[in-house]
Amino acid sequence: MDLFGIPAPLLFGQLLLGLINGAFYALLSLGLAVIFGMLNVINFTHGAQFMMGAFVAWMLLNWLGIGYWGALILAPIIVGITGIILERLMIAKLYKLDHLYGLLLTFGLGLIIEGLFRNEFGSSGLPYRIPAELTGAWDLGFMFMPVYRGWVVVVAFVMCLATWLVIEKTKIGSYLRAATENPALVQAFGINVPRMMTLTYGAGVALAAFAGVLAAPIYSVNPQMGSNLIIIVFAVVVIGGMGSILGSVLTGFGLGVIEGLTKVFYPEASSTVIFVVMAIVLLARPAGLFGRS
Amino acid sequence: MAGPAAAGAFEGIDAEKEALWGFTKPQLLAFGVMLAFIVISPFYLYPVFLMKVLCFALFACAFNLLIGYVGLLSFGHAAYFGMGGYLAGHAAKVWGATPEVSILIGGFVAGLLGWAIGALAIRRQGIYFAMITLAMAQMVYFFCVQAPFTNGEDGIQAIPRGAFLGQYSLASDFTLYWMVAGIFLLGFLFIHRVIHSPFGQVMKAIRENEPRAISLGYRVDDYKLMAFVISAALSGVAGGTKAIVFGIATLTDVFWTMSGEVVLMSLVGGLGTLFGPVAGAAIIITMQNYLAEFGAWVTVIQGVIFVLCVLAFRRGVIGEIGRVLKVRL
Repeated sequence: MDLFGIPAPLLFGQLLLGLINGAFYALLSLGLAVIFGMLNVINFTHGAQFMMGAFVAWMLLNWLGIGYWGALILAPIIVGITGIILERLMIAKLYKLDHLYGLLLTFGLGLIIEGLFRNEFGSSGLPYRIPAELTGAWDLGFMFMPVYRGWVVVVAFVMCLATWLVIEKTKIGSYLRAATENPALVQAFGINVPRMMTLTYGAGVALAAFAGVLAAPIYSVNPQMGSNLIIIVFAVVVIGGMGSILGSVLTGFGLGVIEGLTKVFYPEASSTVIFVVMAIVLLARPAGLFGRS
Repeated sequence: MAGPAAAGAFEGIDAEKEALWGFTKPQLLAFGVMLAFIVISPFYLYPVFLMKVLCFALFACAFNLLIGYVGLLSFGHAAYFGMGGYLAGHAAKVWGATPEVSILIGGFVAGLLGWAIGALAIRRQGIYFAMITLAMAQMVYFFCVQAPFTNGEDGIQAIPRGAFLGQYSLASDFTLYWMVAGIFLLGFLFIHRVIHSPFGQVMKAIRENEPRAISLGYRVDDYKLMAFVISAALSGVAGGTKAIVFGIATLTDVFWTMSGEVVLMSLVGGLGTLFGPVAGAAIIITMQNYLAEFGAWVTVIQGVIFVLCVLAFRRGVIGEIGRVLKVRL
C-alpha cells in the first residue's frame, strides 16, 4: 500500500516516531511553561533533569533492583527533590534580579550535572530494557506498532492532560494561576507564595524526570540526551508561546509530527524543520501561536 | 526592563570626565597596561596561546556589546564565530585569498547571518530573545553538519596562513601574532568608538528604558538590529582569525557550548565593562589550558564558575576592581 508515493509502513512508522518525539517535546515544554509562569525563570537545567530521570531509573534497576514501574514513580520524586533543593539554595536568591540571571544560573547548573554524569558514566550510553509487560508489537494491519512506543504516546498524553486538569480545575491550581498573575496579592491573602514557587519548581522538574524515565528504554541512557533535546524544546516554547497549557501540549505533539513527516518527504531538513517553523511563526505571530503578547 | 549590566553594576560611580578619545583617565591607564601586555607578552609566552586569547577576547568584546550596552542576551553567538571561521578557512584554502581578505569575508558573512537571525530575534524580548538566538544557532549548526563546504565532522583542515597583503609570510608564529594583535586592537577600538558614538548613547538608552527611548522617537528595532549585526560581524572576524591561526575550522566552534563559553567569559570579566571581556577571555582560556588533561571536569568547573558568578560575583573581575577603586573600567 502506498500513500503519496511513500510505502505506508514507512510513512506511519515515521509518524509514530514523530508522535513519540512530540510527546517528549510536550512534556518538557509543559514543565518549562509551568516553571516560567510561576518563577519567571527559564529552566535551562530542564534537559539535565530529563537526563537525570533516565539515569535514576537505570540506577534504581542496576543498583537496587527496582524495575521500570517503580522507577516511573520513584525517579520523578527523587529528581524533584533535588530540584527543590536547588531552588531553595540557589534559584530563590535570584527572583529580585533580571530574569536573565536565572537563565545563566540554570545553564551553569546544567553544565555541572551533565559533566558529573559524563565523568561517572562516560558518554557512550547505557542500555535500559523495555519492561516485560510492554514488549512485543501490535499488528495494526497497515503497520506493526511496538507496544512500548504506543504506551509512551498514551502515557505522555494522559500526563499532560492530568497536569492541565490540576492547574485549571483544582483549588491548588487556582492558587497557582492567581500567583502567576499577581504574587503579591495572593501572598496578602495568606498563601505561602515562596513555598508554592518551590513546589512548582519541584513539580516541573519531576515532570522532566518522568519524561526521562519514559525515554530510557527508547533512547540509550546517556549524559547528552537532555542537552540535545532542550534546545529544540526552547524552539517549541517560542512557537507555542507559554501562555497556555493546552497550547504547549498541542504545539509539542504537532511539531513532533511535522518533524516525522519531514523525515519521510525531505530527510535533509528533518533536523532543522522545527527551527524553520519557529522563524515563520516569529514573522507571522511574534507572540507565538498560543501566546499573549 | 533594564539589562543585567544595569542591574546594579555601577552603583555609586559617577560619570567621569573623558580624558582622551572617549577614555576616562583610569580607562586610559588600563588600556596602556593592556597594550603593554600585548607588546611584551609574546617575548615570554607561547604566541599561539596568546593568539587564542586575543581571538576569544575579541569574540567576548563583540558579545558584550550586545549584553552590556543594549541589554540583549544572545545565546547563539557561536553561529557567527563558527561561520566566520568556516568562511575564512574556505576563502583561504579554496579561493586562495590572502589572510586579511579571508578574515574580512568571514566577518562579512557572519554579519549577514547576524542580520537574518537578528531581524527575527528582536521581535521578542528578554528570555525569548535568548531562546530564539540559541535555537537559530542550533539550526546553523545542523546546516554546518550537512553543508558540503564544511566537510562535516572533519571540518576544514590545513587552512594555509598565507601572506599578509600577499607580501609578508605569516608562517612564523611571531609574525602572525602581530597581525592577530592588530586585528584585536582594531576591533577593540572600533567597539569603544561605537559605544561612545551618538549611536552608542541610544543603545544605552534602550538598555536603560526601552519604552522611553521609543517615546522619544527612536526606532529601537533598527538600533538593536544594527548592534546585533556589528556584534555578529566582529564575532565572525574573531572566528575567522582563529581559523587562520590554527589552520582548522570545525563544528566545535558552531556548537551551543561555544555560545555558553563566550557568555561565561564576559560574565567572569564583567558584563558591560570595557575590559571585562578581555580579562574574562584570558582567565577562561588559561584555565582551559591548564585543565585540559582533566577532560569532562572542565565542563563541571565552567558550570561551577557560572553558578558562583551569578550568585555572588555578578560584577565580574573587572567590575569588582572598578567598584573597589570607584572607577569605571
